[in-house]
Amino acid sequence: MLRYSAKQLLNMALTLFAVSFLVFALNELSPGDVARKILGPYASESQVDHLTVQMGLDRPAIVRYFEYMGKALTGDFGDSIVFRMPVADLMFDRLGNTLLLAAISFAVIVPLSVVLGVLAGMRERGWFDRTISVFSSMCASIPEFAMGVFLLGIFVVWLGWLPGTSPLRSDSGWAIWMQFVLPVLVVTFYDAGYLIAMVRSSMVEVMRQPYIRTALLKGMSFNRVVSRHALRNALITPFTVILLQLNYLVSGLVVVETLFAYPGFGRMMLEAALAKDIAVIEAGTLIAVSVTMLTQLFGDLGYMALDPRIRV
Amino acid sequence: MTEIIHDIGRPRAAPGLGLAGDAHVGLLRQVLNILTRSPLATVGASILLAWSLLALLAPWVSPYPPNRIDVALVADPYPSAAHWLGVDHLGRDILSRLIWGARTVLTVAPIAVLGAVVLGVFLGLVSGYRGGFIDAVIMRIGDTLLAFPKIILYLIIIAKFGASAFNIIAVITLSSAPIIARIVRGVTLDVKNRDYVAAARMRGESALFIMFVEILPNARGPLIVDFFLRLGYTTIAIGVLGFLGVGLPPPDPDWGGMVKEAYGMIFVWPHMTIIPALAISSLVIGANFLATGLREASLDG
Repeated sequence: MLRYSAKQLLNMALTLFAVSFLVFALNELSPGDVARKILGPYASESQVDHLTVQMGLDRPAIVRYFEYMGKALTGDFGDSIVFRMPVADLMFDRLGNTLLLAAISFAVIVPLSVVLGVLAGMRERGWFDRTISVFSSMCASIPEFAMGVFLLGIFVVWLGWLPGTSPLRSDSGWAIWMQFVLPVLVVTFYDAGYLIAMVRSSMVEVMRQPYIRTALLKGMSFNRVVSRHALRNALITPFTVILLQLNYLVSGLVVVETLFAYPGFGRMMLEAALAKDIAVIEAGTLIAVSVTMLTQLFGDLGYMALDPRIRV
Repeated sequence: MTEIIHDIGRPRAAPGLGLAGDAHVGLLRQVLNILTRSPLATVGASILLAWSLLALLAPWVSPYPPNRIDVALVADPYPSAAHWLGVDHLGRDILSRLIWGARTVLTVAPIAVLGAVVLGVFLGLVSGYRGGFIDAVIMRIGDTLLAFPKIILYLIIIAKFGASAFNIIAVITLSSAPIIARIVRGVTLDVKNRDYVAAARMRGESALFIMFVEILPNARGPLIVDFFLRLGYTTIAIGVLGFLGVGLPPPDPDWGGMVKEAYGMIFVWPHMTIIPALAISSLVIGANFLATGLREASLDG
């Protein structure tokens, strides 16, 4: 297991290297943009040239790439053009907000989908299974922005119970915790729809196994069979999938953050992309990719711990 | 190990959709069989068919030109006899914009998914059949692409190359192809050592023939289910891009863009936002129901 982890970590470093290079190279397809962007359209050509030299942008791309990577390793990701602050500080701030929203959503989604998925999957094609299957399929089909619009229409416009924006400031007239309700609900509907289906299909699969039938035929009670024999096996496969939701919760929240003006990581990436703020895009991509790969590694390791039959 | 994740819930039945049990029954026949047996698939197929018809007949069924602005109508933008679903903040007829928007999404999404299928099938076949170095390279590149969270990949590429139908198709093709390649590679690895493949090799058939004629049909069932699932997710992706303001450029109607444009006015005129949101949800629900119905039917076989 140790060797496997080491190998995966090395793999991860290589992929991160490739990703950083790709993003950097993409940026190089139109050099000279940066100085022009900072100075605006009315700056003279000589001013732009001056800044280009000053920022060291006239040197070969490969030199600047290694310089960038060297600094990045020490935690210096340069400055954001749009947000006018060091990228590292900005990232720290935004990532914290997103992780908070992700953690709350995760704490709601996981128990909910495990319980509903198991209950639905334990009696395949029963009325509860039918209902849950259609419900989860519908939830997973409604895009977050559409779900956001529906919930906003009901709880904000019609009933007036909740705030329509979540800037996380207490001066907005609503308690901070209330600002979390709608974003968490939207994420929960979309993501739980998918997870419930996962847990359900895994449970269905297990319930069809011969050993379950044997246990039932020898007279064990249904509830006991489910809790003693089926549950543990049924949760192995969804475990990895559940962990993979962390990726979605870190970078996939861009829609929810945009809907509710939530100051998170995803919205920062959107704003950076719209303004072509390369320093932020590059650093943000590296972070997002690291999160993906780390969760994948943890998923694999946890999987091995849960299922002793699997060896790498 | 990661393969496990992508295998979950995918049909096990290899040939055809595995429904009729009779290999000679045509694919179309099987699909019709499933549709009549699975209510879920029927509902899904009907929704897809209805939107497709509207999209196809847009020039004839759309009551108004989709981009005609009439600010006078904004005084009373709500649904009425003249404008069944009301008008938007510029006085454009919402129903007409929905119908023309269906045309956009039902062109872009299937093309993007088909692109991904073609690329993914080819890479998966080559990867699984050839194995060795080529396999390693293809899978490595695929893994790197999959390591990008999708939405970030979209943002990077669209920030760089701008938003256009072509770029959206390219991004979706690139980000979906690795997953399809994995499905096809798995099937290929499974069957490439079977007797009939060996027999074809013995007959002296070309590698291309073996891959496409002998091996590929085994992946038909999973690919068909995957196609409709992916159609749904691609519709969501296009809608999300529109909503984030990096989708198809205005003024042509695009459902996600319609939601974005009217979103700020939800307190005043909620119908302008809610109606396009309902439209996109219904289309995705249609695709997902059809996929779920097909999968259930294939598991029964």
